[in-house]
Amino acid sequence: MSENIGKIVGVNGNLLTVEFSSPVIQNEVGYAHVKGEKLKSEVIRIRGSRAELQVFEDTTGLMVGDDVQFTGELLSVELGPGLLSQVYDGLQNPLPALAAEAGFFLKRGMYLQALDRAKKWAFTPAVKKGATVSPADALGTVPEGIFEHAIMVPFHLKGKLTVEEISAAGEYDVEKVIARLKDAEGQLVEVKMYQRWPVKIPIRQYAERLRPTEPLVTKVRIVDTFFPVARGGTYCIPGPFGAGKTVLQQITSRYADVDVVIIAACGERAGEVVETLREFPELTDPRTGKSLMERTLIICNTSSMPVAAREASVYTAVTIAEYYRQMGLHVLLLADSTSRWAQALREVSGRLEEIPGEEAFPAYLESVIASFYERGGIVRLNSGKNGSVTIGGTVSPAGGNFEEPVTQSTLKVVGAFHGLSRERSDARRYPAIDPLDSWSKYFSVVDEKDLEFARRVLREGSEVNQMMKVVGEEGTSIDDFQLYLKSEYLDAVYLQQDAYHEIDGATSAERQKYVFGVIAKIMRTKMSFADKEAARRFFQNLTQVTKDWNRQDMESEEFRALEERIEKMIAEVKEYA
Amino acid sequence: MHKVYHRIEEIAGNVIMVKAAGVTYRELARVTWKNGDSLAQVIRMNGERVSLQVFAGGRGIPTDARVRFLGHSMQTAFSEALLGRVFTGSGEPRDRGPSISENMIPIGGPSVNPAKRIIPRNMVRTGIPMIDVFNTLVESQKLPIFSVAGEPYNPLLARIALQAEVDVIILGGMGLKHDEYLFFRDTLEEHGALSRSVLFIHTAADPTVECLMVPDICLAVAEQYALQNKRVLVLLTDMTNFADSMKEIAITMEQIPSNRGYPGDLYSQLAARYEKAVDFDSAGSITILAATTMPGDDVTHPVPDNTGYITEGQFYLRNNRIEPFGSLSRLKQLVNSKTRKDHRTIMNTMIQLYAGFKETLEKQAMGFRMSAWDEKLLKYGERFENELMSLSVNIPLEAALDLGWQILADCFEPAETGIPSALTEQFWPKDKKASAKE
Ligand SMILES: Nc1ncnc2c1ncn2[C@@H]1O[C@H](COP(=O)(O)OP(=O)(O)O)[C@@H](O)[C@H]1O
Ligand SMILES: [Mg+2]
Repeated sequence: MSENIGKIVGVNGNLLTVEFSSPVIQNEVGYAHVKGEKLKSEVIRIRGSRAELQVFEDTTGLMVGDDVQFTGELLSVELGPGLLSQVYDGLQNPLPALAAEAGFFLKRGMYLQALDRAKKWAFTPAVKKGATVSPADALGTVPEGIFEHAIMVPFHLKGKLTVEEISAAGEYDVEKVIARLKDAEGQLVEVKMYQRWPVKIPIRQYAERLRPTEPLVTKVRIVDTFFPVARGGTYCIPGPFGAGKTVLQQITSRYADVDVVIIAACGERAGEVVETLREFPELTDPRTGKSLMERTLIICNTSSMPVAAREASVYTAVTIAEYYRQMGLHVLLLADSTSRWAQALREVSGRLEEIPGEEAFPAYLESVIASFYERGGIVRLNSGKNGSVTIGGTVSPAGGNFEEPVTQSTLKVVGAFHGLSRERSDARRYPAIDPLDSWSKYFSVVDEKDLEFARRVLREGSEVNQMMKVVGEEGTSIDDFQLYLKSEYLDAVYLQQDAYHEIDGATSAERQKYVFGVIAKIMRTKMSFADKEAARRFFQNLTQVTKDWNRQDMESEEFRALEERIEKMIAEVKEYA
Repeated sequence: MHKVYHRIEEIAGNVIMVKAAGVTYRELARVTWKNGDSLAQVIRMNGERVSLQVFAGGRGIPTDARVRFLGHSMQTAFSEALLGRVFTGSGEPRDRGPSISENMIPIGGPSVNPAKRIIPRNMVRTGIPMIDVFNTLVESQKLPIFSVAGEPYNPLLARIALQAEVDVIILGGMGLKHDEYLFFRDTLEEHGALSRSVLFIHTAADPTVECLMVPDICLAVAEQYALQNKRVLVLLTDMTNFADSMKEIAITMEQIPSNRGYPGDLYSQLAARYEKAVDFDSAGSITILAATTMPGDDVTHPVPDNTGYITEGQFYLRNNRIEPFGSLSRLKQLVNSKTRKDHRTIMNTMIQLYAGFKETLEKQAMGFRMSAWDEKLLKYGERFENELMSLSVNIPLEAALDLGWQILADCFEPAETGIPSALTEQFWPKDKKASAKE
């Protein structure tokens, strides 16, 4: 193939205008050549003999007349063993390896291979010579940390293929050709231990999409009980800055009951990624007994890293998520923050001088967001196994106002909404998910009737509270006052959770069912008090004892003792009709 | 060999356009004319049409001014000789000292590889309880002070800078009033800190474009010191002026604004600066404290809003006090578990009760009867404001925690505070009178 070279005729920020003479492809990758460096770029618009490219790097030093080399390839990632526990930038450059080469700072134009070429993997074949296989079928496996990683027939192939050659069990690196397949036309295809896939195209190798019904337990009570997430579902966490979006995702990345967690740190603080990066290797995953890092993968394109790569980063992340899903695994993708990716689109759209929509976001914002979340889902694979990609994205609305394009477009497509409120975070009521505004279409881990009742208590308690602001405590009946105190109690001991406490920080589904049962019973108990002061004092004490209860191991003696104490306290105020 | 042009095709605001070839993106040029000269930087290239932003502004530039391209982008000198000196936004001496041009380094360089960062771990002590107890400042943190114009944010910045144990202080002034600049210089001098400081000052009287350079210059120099194992504190005041300068250029370039006239990349631009704060895994650190004034006391204004999404918290300065609500140090939990066992509990409990006090104040204002609980909250709130919130308080963290317990004990029963029983047993002052005298 002859080289396809264009010439730069304009530079505006990270947008290049390039004059070309041979055909170019929309969204193909090009490299701008500048003084020995090659800067990765992507074609984003073509008009006549001019293409516009967004550069995934700083463009300082580029000159009119410089060469751009078109590659004919769409922006792709490498998929194979060794992805897990890695830290990549948005273009899948391994950051630790980059640091080893370039030191403290990121180096423009330095691109390293995503998968380690030197590392050997113990391959075990799963098919025999002569077998018939289809795309995405496993040809063999290699152990990757906690999993058997399937080496699959490349997804881009078509129809039935015959295995002409398959490697014996042995230690191979990813470049090793482990199989030769013959396709329907009789063409031989070499299969290595890894394949490449274009990030903006969903992987669709499955028998059918299923409805997400199984709960994905996060161990955050307000989520699993009140606003649950399902495996293969999608949800969003909008909230003003400082309301707790990132902390909520960090907790979820630790405790969520899934096989693989992919963290897409998209355009926010580097420091937050560093916490995960440094802490996870030291933490044990209770599900496997291994380091938490072994099930985790970080795509890190934080706010000071190139903006265009920020847009790519969420696609890189979701493509890798789909890849692990193909092995019958449950994958959770956490993106923080989708607004930064939307802003990256806005920046480019502005430079392209497209007609702006609301708040200058491009008109196609909504469809871009919708098709991203569409990549979540639970599927039945051709093998009969189920695999899922669950997507949770934070949204950072300007001014904390949810009436803005990114939040609104996201709400249209997700299955659950965890809206964080400034009011709750100011009052240190963490996690600051607003219990009255938020919603979920998925199934809770607790009894539905109890849940309905609890929701009513929260709603009516809040109404009493609003009313009291107008008529004062003295104008409120003792029954209403009791309702208000109950709602505050439920909030304090169940909705709020101490993220930094070893036990309170993560509540299993089993414990949620149990504790919620006890609390629902308290909610339903009619109590009598001498006056409001006595009622307040009672609930203050009850709250304190219940919080102590939350901090005890469920199997412990103290847990039982405190539960008895709670029961006794309730019995003392119970109204006997 | 550097190309020289004598014809300016267009002048609009601070931006000029020349037809030129062989120019690189973001290259600097020197523009000279009969009554002046200025640096300028390439901000857009379209065929042979090259747009430059002129540091000194477009005013007075004739179409036959001389434009000489310098072959490099913006640089600044780095040497020990910077210490104790004052420069402008383009790096020219502002004091009477000599200009420094040795060891030129590029500004606005690439960001730190996240893999080379470490988790910040050192508390920065300020002696201000609202910071030390409630929103602990941490080495390598990036944190703005949000306030309306007129609040003492500059004295607060200076006070923290003097109290903090850092090796180098770098002050970036943007749109400073001249007397504010003198205040900083004199305060640093009086406390013997000027000799470990470098000042880059753009005052309200200086050209807008120079304002744009201040954060990058400060941070490039800070980075060099940090790489030499120094703990560097960078003060940037006022970042809203910086953002407004960006807005001005964006409008001149006819960019589509996203929100109240600010360019769509405001977030990325601010982040590129603030993210320079770092704790290196085998070198020093950069801590950034900034002032961000809020036009109309509106925190949803694009500048404070975007800033809040970038920085690791913010201190809200209002009525001469650091407000507990809205103020936040996102890094506090990295250090406040290692200070004293009761630190987090005091921090959370006192704020929750203070929130209760605020509600009670509202009820009181509505004329409702005060319950016994309200009375307690009223007493508590007043003491909290006077003894812990006031900026005049200057006590170490430990003393502030003790004082916190004392105030709680003077106002409440242990159970009313919601503090875990294990802690009240250990820390609740046994004899109120006796401990009050201590
Ligand atoms: N669940 C929580 N428990 C305790 N503190 C929290 C919790 N969530 C948030 N916070 C506090 O709020 C700060 C900001 O939270 P963060 O998740 O970074 O906000 P956001 O991502 O919405 O800007 C944290 O640094 C922490 O101090
Ligand atoms: Mg966040």
